[in-house]
Amino acid sequence: MYPAQFDYYRPKSLKEAISLLKKKKDAKLLAGGHSLIPAMKLRVSSPATLIDIGRIKGLEGIKASKTSVKIGGLATHAAIESSPELRSACPILAEAAGHIGDIQVRNRGTIGGSLVHADPAADYPTVMLALEASFTLTGVKGKRKVAADAFFVDLFETALKPGEVLTDVNVPVMRAGQGGCYIKHRHPASSYAVVGVAAIVTLADGAVDAVQLAVGGATPNPVLIKTVHHALVGQKPTPAAIASACENVAEAIEDPLGDLYASGEYRTHLATVLSRRALTEAVKRAKKQK
Amino acid sequence: MSYIGKSVKRVEDPRFIQGQGRYVGNIHLPGMVYLAIKRSPYAHAVIKKFRTKKAEAHPGVVAVFTGADLVEAGLGAMPCGWNVPDQKTPIRQILATDKARHVGDGIAVVAAEDPYTAVDALELIEVDYEPLDAVIDARKTTDVGMPLIHDDVPENTSYEWSLGDKDACDEAFAAADHIVDLELTNQRLIPNAMEPRACVAQWSGPTEEMTVWTTSQNPQPIRLLLSAFTLFIPENRLRVISPDVGGGFGSKIFHYPEEVITPWVARKINRPAKWVATRSESSVTDSQGRDHVTVARMALKKDGEITGVHVTTWANMGAYLSTFAPLIPTAFYITLFAGLYKAKGIWGEVYGTLTNTVPVDAYRGAGRPEASYLIERLIDVAAHELGIDSVEIRRRNFIGKDEFPYQTPVALQYDSGDYHRLFDKATSMAGYEQMRAEQGQARNDGRLVGIGVSGCIEASGPAPSAVAGALGSAVGFWESGVVRVHPSGKVTVLTGSHSHGQGHETTFAQIVADQLGIDLGDIEVVHGDTGRVPFGMGTYGSRSAAVGGSALVMSTEKVKTKLMKIAAHQLEAADEDMVYDTEKGVVHVKGSPERAKPFAELAFAAYSAHNLPAGLEPGLDETSFYDPSNFTFPNSAHICQVEIDTETGEVELQRYIAVDDVGNVINPMLVEAQIQGGIAQGVGQALWEQGVYDESGQLVTASMMEYALPRADFFPPFEIGRTETPSPHNPLGVKGAGEMGTIASTVAVANAVMDALAPLGIRHLDMPLTPDKIWSAISSVGAASTAKVEYFGGD
Ligand SMILES: Cc1cc2nc3c(=O)[nH]c(=O)nc-3n(C[C@H](O)[C@H](O)[C@H](O)COP(=O)(O)OP(=O)(O)OC[C@H]3O[C@@H](n4cnc5c(N)ncnc54)[C@H](O)[C@@H]3O)c2cc1C
Repeated sequence: MYPAQFDYYRPKSLKEAISLLKKKKDAKLLAGGHSLIPAMKLRVSSPATLIDIGRIKGLEGIKASKTSVKIGGLATHAAIESSPELRSACPILAEAAGHIGDIQVRNRGTIGGSLVHADPAADYPTVMLALEASFTLTGVKGKRKVAADAFFVDLFETALKPGEVLTDVNVPVMRAGQGGCYIKHRHPASSYAVVGVAAIVTLADGAVDAVQLAVGGATPNPVLIKTVHHALVGQKPTPAAIASACENVAEAIEDPLGDLYASGEYRTHLATVLSRRALTEAVKRAKKQK
Repeated sequence: MSYIGKSVKRVEDPRFIQGQGRYVGNIHLPGMVYLAIKRSPYAHAVIKKFRTKKAEAHPGVVAVFTGADLVEAGLGAMPCGWNVPDQKTPIRQILATDKARHVGDGIAVVAAEDPYTAVDALELIEVDYEPLDAVIDARKTTDVGMPLIHDDVPENTSYEWSLGDKDACDEAFAAADHIVDLELTNQRLIPNAMEPRACVAQWSGPTEEMTVWTTSQNPQPIRLLLSAFTLFIPENRLRVISPDVGGGFGSKIFHYPEEVITPWVARKINRPAKWVATRSESSVTDSQGRDHVTVARMALKKDGEITGVHVTTWANMGAYLSTFAPLIPTAFYITLFAGLYKAKGIWGEVYGTLTNTVPVDAYRGAGRPEASYLIERLIDVAAHELGIDSVEIRRRNFIGKDEFPYQTPVALQYDSGDYHRLFDKATSMAGYEQMRAEQGQARNDGRLVGIGVSGCIEASGPAPSAVAGALGSAVGFWESGVVRVHPSGKVTVLTGSHSHGQGHETTFAQIVADQLGIDLGDIEVVHGDTGRVPFGMGTYGSRSAAVGGSALVMSTEKVKTKLMKIAAHQLEAADEDMVYDTEKGVVHVKGSPERAKPFAELAFAAYSAHNLPAGLEPGLDETSFYDPSNFTFPNSAHICQVEIDTETGEVELQRYIAVDDVGNVINPMLVEAQIQGGIAQGVGQALWEQGVYDESGQLVTASMMEYALPRADFFPPFEIGRTETPSPHNPLGVKGAGEMGTIASTVAVANAVMDALAPLGIRHLDMPLTPDKIWSAISSVGAASTAKVEYFGGD
């Protein structure tokens, strides 16, 4: 497990990082290193230059306003899991962070790194889609905001342009009457999500006002399953209604990924079952959020 | 003073816990070069041409060698230490020259100033391959059109072997009331010891002496193989050291090519050399485990009496025969088909076939888990089909406690046991009847709850050397033990057995302390260095306490005899009137405890030699070699409960009860730790682990991203108990404890899962019992709503 040779820079500021990123050929940012370093050790990835942004101050904070929470790209999974702000304003994200890998991975890995890496089996992308989050990307020309559903392009591919850094993640604050739940079927070897489901339910007067349901792991990028929203909106969230709405989940999953551990067929099936379970739990939580 | 039977804390732990273990990887010598090995990316390919110039010219590279260089230097081929009749042993070169025969087969070595440069240089070696079709399926190696892996092994079949009473077997089936047919796979496992294999070598030119540090479970046999078969450095000039070793599970028994390459390079370039496997290399070079395809039948009477067992197994040996490979599916497998039971008509045959996969050899349990899995699955299916409770059917067949020594129809003679008592304890700890009652309720509620039972036997502590020789071994399986008492009364214990996690430094000290009546802290246990312990056979097959411990008992007896002679002389009493009081550590005159000499004073007297009996040599340093007269036969009753998620097929292991009879227990905490670790490892096979090759011979599960090793949070707390029937034929009365957990738990959990699925009419699924597999089985039963699906084999 010996990576190929590379140059190493540790900029002190974001500005310096961005300018290095522009100047150096074949450069990659290094954050927590928990996706990049294993790939380099296997020599699947051999960048000529690493720009370690891990110690830049001010990129790791978590700040809540009335309507949204701003999470720095360098916030670790552990920080997100245990953040009091997130636990009250956006508990589904803290919940998902707690499901990532093991303690060591959560202590080092960052949200920015996970989102940019865009592993189909990662946990955050699914939650981001359900939350309708947006990401702030900062480059030489300044900042731009990209919505989650436009950010994930394909397997390990995002809308991040060369020279850009993912500096913030913006998620909405959950309102009264909203409940969320993230459930995953964990791969016994890697701990990644074989299938992960994020469900956010909004209730009004005992009926469903909105459903945001995203399924990850079954396809190259997570998918938002709108048909479930259409099937449930205006209805009482009874077990039967939820179960019947979830019959639509399978259709939304085209060309499912399959491997030795879980076939495409099984992943599609899991998506349906876990959707029902996540929605049921989200409804329960929504009822408590009066 | 008595240490045996107490949970003495491990004396080795402080250094491990503080990160001060000394592993091969920790060795750094001045001027050392680092080796990296070029490995074949193909499972089967002709090696046509090498171009090493670029790699040689790369800055920091010291040398590049290919297999041809090793052949030219006169090195030997990798030996196989076990030969069954008519076995065809293919030539396994240290580095392949003509053909690569599995992914990971070594073909060249780079020596460089640092490991990074060595790996960089691998990419600069160009090799022209002509890829060939790969042979993967152990059962199809003889099919028409299958390529030949080795020209000298026709039909890719290395050996055929059978054992048992064929006539009695045929009769049993002819007269049977009920016959169970089962076709099953015991899948390939990848050992994954925590510490990857490593080797360091240093050549001393002026004295022509070689020192090799290697991660072995048995450095003394490695020294023999290096000097006699591969490296040809005389044994008396070769020192092999296996210092702290981080786990082996069998995979570090064998002689590996890197153990030859590293010292050869060190001598060739006259610099110390080091090779450490990467985790990826471990996956494709450490000998792997299991991998049987089996067609089996069991004959029974209506009342559940087993009368016959008939088995045909195809054992996948991989691309070459690893050091002990042919032993595992033969004399360590078919001999165990009697299980705990009295059946007479047992017969089994095995075909050892070659494939383009990593070689297969002993892996924790080695043959015995495969046997237990087979027999205990057959009985469970029989129980279901005959409508007999799974504990009850076993009880009806047990060998009685008064029938020992018991001669089985498959060569072994069991030493001792009380299987009813074993099961009494397990069922009472489990609350078995209550469990079954609750299962019945759960089933009524539509839940898939399963209870798994296994009753297993193991032949451990290999082995009487003459028996091993008759069965095909090239070596003997005694053990050496030295008790060296220093003039001050401190003791060094030297054993040829090796600890790579087991805790010999503690348990062996407990044995000697009790034998001599001295303080544990006065004893140091030394192992794993041929410079200090030249002769030994190492650790595997749960042999250390039974064989290595017994050798130490012999040496303590010699020490005691000598001390009593000295005491008798000094106390002016007759030799036969002396008593060695192991409680107090003194020798006294019979009936006169005040006429006594303490241990340390006598030890000093042995070395001062001022006043020794006439003719007695000075010194107190005793060596013994113990050759066991039989195997020991630990046995177990394991019971567990699972619940299957009816929608997702996920298995939850809810309870695990293990009662093991490992004979007398030296250190209960360490025995329990062995059982616990063994259970986890065995359940790993039942539920998660599988080494899978695709059609082209690529190992699909070559990383920890795909190969699922069990983790602590996959398990409920284990409920562990024991019964003790001492082994009558070794002085400690101990049996093996290292493998029983693994042997018993795989099939206990598999039986539980199948018991849970039984109401759906699902009879058998192959391991690992993954959610997808279980869900598919459940859904196809659902789909075939009228016709119940009876059998899901070999998918
Ligand atoms: C054993 C193990 C188990 C794991 N289990 C899970 C799991 O269960 N679920 C899960 O979701 N993940 C899992 N992971 C992955 C883990 O979450 C990683 O930490 C994460 O994917 C990458 O984050 P990082 O900070 O380590 O990024 P790095 O590895 O440092 O970088 C990853 C990629 O992102 C780029 N990058 C990093 N930060 C930024 C930024 N701010 N802006 C732009 N580009 C950036 C890098 O250049 C690189 O290409 C696991 C990892 C391991 C090793």
